[in-house]
Amino acid sequence: MTAPSLDVSGLAYAYPDGHQALFGVDLTVGRGERVALLGPNGAGKTTLVLHLNGILTGGAGTVTVAGLPVGKKHLAEIRRKVGIVFQDPDDQLFMPTVREDVAFGPAAAGLRGAELEAVVRKALDRVGMGEYADRPPHHLSFGQRRRVAVATVLAMEPEILVLDEPSSNLDPASRRELADILRSLDVTVLMVTHDLPYALELCPRAVILSEGVIAADGRTGDILADAELMARHRLELPFGFVPSSVA
Amino acid sequence: MRSCNSFARRLIIRDVHVPDGFINAPVSAVAGVVAAGAVAVSLRGARRELDERTAPLAGLVAAFIFAVQMLNFPVAAGTSGHLLGGALAAILVGPWTGVLCIAVVLLMQGILFADGGLTALGVNITVMGVVTVVVAYALFRGLVLVLPRTRRSVTVASFAAALVSVPAAAAAFTLVYAIGGTTDVPLSKVLTAMVGVHVLIGIGEAVITMLTVGAVVAVRPDLVYGARGLTAPLKLRVDGELVDAAEPAPVAAGSPKKLWIGGVVTALVLAGFVSFYASASPDGLEKVAADKGIDAKVEEHAAAGSPLADYGVKDVDNARLSGGLAGAIGVGATLAVGTGAFWVVRRRRTSQETAAV
Amino acid sequence: MGSGHAHKLYRHAHSPVHELPPHTKLAAVLGFVVVVVSTPREAVWAFALYALLLGAVAARARVPAGFLLKRLLIEVPFVAFALLMPFVVPGEQTTFLGVSLSVPGLWGAWNVLAKGTLGVAASVLLASTTELRALLLGLQRLRLPPLLVQIASFMIRYGDVITDEMRRMSVARRSRGFEARGVRHWGVLAKSAGALFIRSYERGERVHLAMVSRGYTGTMPVIDEVTATRAQWTYAAALPLTALLICLLGWTL
Repeated sequence: MTAPSLDVSGLAYAYPDGHQALFGVDLTVGRGERVALLGPNGAGKTTLVLHLNGILTGGAGTVTVAGLPVGKKHLAEIRRKVGIVFQDPDDQLFMPTVREDVAFGPAAAGLRGAELEAVVRKALDRVGMGEYADRPPHHLSFGQRRRVAVATVLAMEPEILVLDEPSSNLDPASRRELADILRSLDVTVLMVTHDLPYALELCPRAVILSEGVIAADGRTGDILADAELMARHRLELPFGFVPSSVA
Repeated sequence: MRSCNSFARRLIIRDVHVPDGFINAPVSAVAGVVAAGAVAVSLRGARRELDERTAPLAGLVAAFIFAVQMLNFPVAAGTSGHLLGGALAAILVGPWTGVLCIAVVLLMQGILFADGGLTALGVNITVMGVVTVVVAYALFRGLVLVLPRTRRSVTVASFAAALVSVPAAAAAFTLVYAIGGTTDVPLSKVLTAMVGVHVLIGIGEAVITMLTVGAVVAVRPDLVYGARGLTAPLKLRVDGELVDAAEPAPVAAGSPKKLWIGGVVTALVLAGFVSFYASASPDGLEKVAADKGIDAKVEEHAAAGSPLADYGVKDVDNARLSGGLAGAIGVGATLAVGTGAFWVVRRRRTSQETAAV
Repeated sequence: MGSGHAHKLYRHAHSPVHELPPHTKLAAVLGFVVVVVSTPREAVWAFALYALLLGAVAARARVPAGFLLKRLLIEVPFVAFALLMPFVVPGEQTTFLGVSLSVPGLWGAWNVLAKGTLGVAASVLLASTTELRALLLGLQRLRLPPLLVQIASFMIRYGDVITDEMRRMSVARRSRGFEARGVRHWGVLAKSAGALFIRSYERGERVHLAMVSRGYTGTMPVIDEVTATRAQWTYAAALPLTALLICLLGWTL
């Protein structure tokens, strides 16, 4: 039996300013699954994400990625296995050109020369941004930047792809293009989102994080259809959207 | 284009960076060595504090300083001032990162905008980076340790630190000019002009710095370098109830008090030494003037009736201002020496860790 | 927007000067400025020759004179200072148009203006023929500490992002009818500055997270490197070496 891609248990955390965000999170994501992580603002979603590759530690509980406990010992390998795409592509794209940005992760892992070039090209092609390799990130549109951000993570061949609000600030066409790209990838995906139709479209399973704990876990269609559960956790479907009509 | 606009605005409101040809080559070179040393020490210090977070954090704070220097603070109809930012950087991110940020801002302004001469880069970094940051931080830290540990003390200390840091930088510049200025402007005149103007600028700087630090302390006290240490224990939510979670042992902090007693003693010794040197320095300059035979002309000029050149007034000016100069520079030099010693001690203590980095 | 690849002073063109490796240009400009600063002020003709040298470089780099002259405006505050010198510096007096001026003061003003202007012109030429990215690589190649280069590149990458945030905050203030008019409004402006600091610092933290998420451990992986051939070094060295010759003549004549 292979270990699940992600296993979180009893995770609690407070920020240095004293604000506590997580109060004991338990979550398991199997290999190849696509799971949506839903929840109202301030539920602790981003805080949870930052625990997945050991950026935040020091609270209570454990996180395991593909059988490997997240901790100082395996940090380099954990960070290669967990690919996080952050909400603001400007945070993610910190290098002067797209090519250097995508190369950053593999180069930090020791890749050089033609091998590095091949990895970069492949990752950019997977998100349809191959032509933009030599452009500076801030000359791209927001949707293009989001796609390059996905490529920077794909270049590391992650075990699990973690997306923080992937559809935020995208126009409808960019939103659909990104969905096509994500569907074409053969990796485990954990998608943090407020975009419930997007969750339903891409993720068969959904969990609700509310007040720092997992409050619900099940089929995305079932969760979105449970009006009482949704209302309790301040989740609302867009006007006119009926989950059962899609699923 | 937006950035062109902001660039044009910078052009108008930028404070003066020393250009090439203002300070002679040997003194510029010495200042360059001093600046390089200070930056090297700061790199180590910042790296020890921030670890691998140094580059992005210092880079973003440098970008912030760069941006906030463009923020106009209207004084009265038509005139406005802006932050120099040395004291603010020192208080918000500490002396190491503060020096780095200002140094990088000056370096980029010199190379990209030709703002400040390349040969004067050492002078600019030493005066505007090192002296400002070190004086501001020393004073800030000293006051925070003496005053009761409240937020108000932090803002009061910010005000005082910024207020003193600006004329201190002006005094330091005057000292550099006295040693290596390319034209023999009378030292007392340079000092009067520089310190006089910069005390006024310092008041503005102090008010803005205090208000800005106050605004940050109110929202994210943990981000203010000088006001840290407010955390609550972790809780677990079990069946809707909050229970205490097991807490990892807090990392023991060093003893800053002992260090600061040592610092104050060194300050007193150095202040005495520097004030002696500073009061002797104008005499030295006059001696040079006499050797070169300009002396007679100075007296002749004084006799011509210019009140500013009057010998008596000049002497009083010298005596009074050299005291202020000595104080400001004494504190700065002390902090430089003190932090250097601190660095050596810490480095010895954590030599294995440093080797690992 | 637009820092990053090309910056405000950069003028895109293909010229022998543009194509020189950045570190050779940086070294050449630094050498040139050092030579200029070391030249005795009395050798007035030497400074004229330096100006001609820079003019030749500008022509080679296809930088129009108007562009160069406009950028020299950065000097204005120091020009004012220099113009004061003839009035405040003691020494032998001379009379010009009925105004009494000091001779050492005039020499001092000349010294600052000539050397300062040549320094600014050399820097402007460097900045207008070298892309930002290349400048940073050049600094790294000249053995500036890598950490310092990293800080500088982050500052450049995010300078416009932060400035934009500041501008948006100003728009938000004005949209709500706030216009800073005097000292009593400093509190509001300082609150904005404080908020800007928090945003910048938090962005720095997020950027750091994005970096460590991709395996950053404190050293930037070397992806691009710049190299220079002997011929390129020789070509770049032409400027400071010619200047040195002029400087030596200035000392001996």
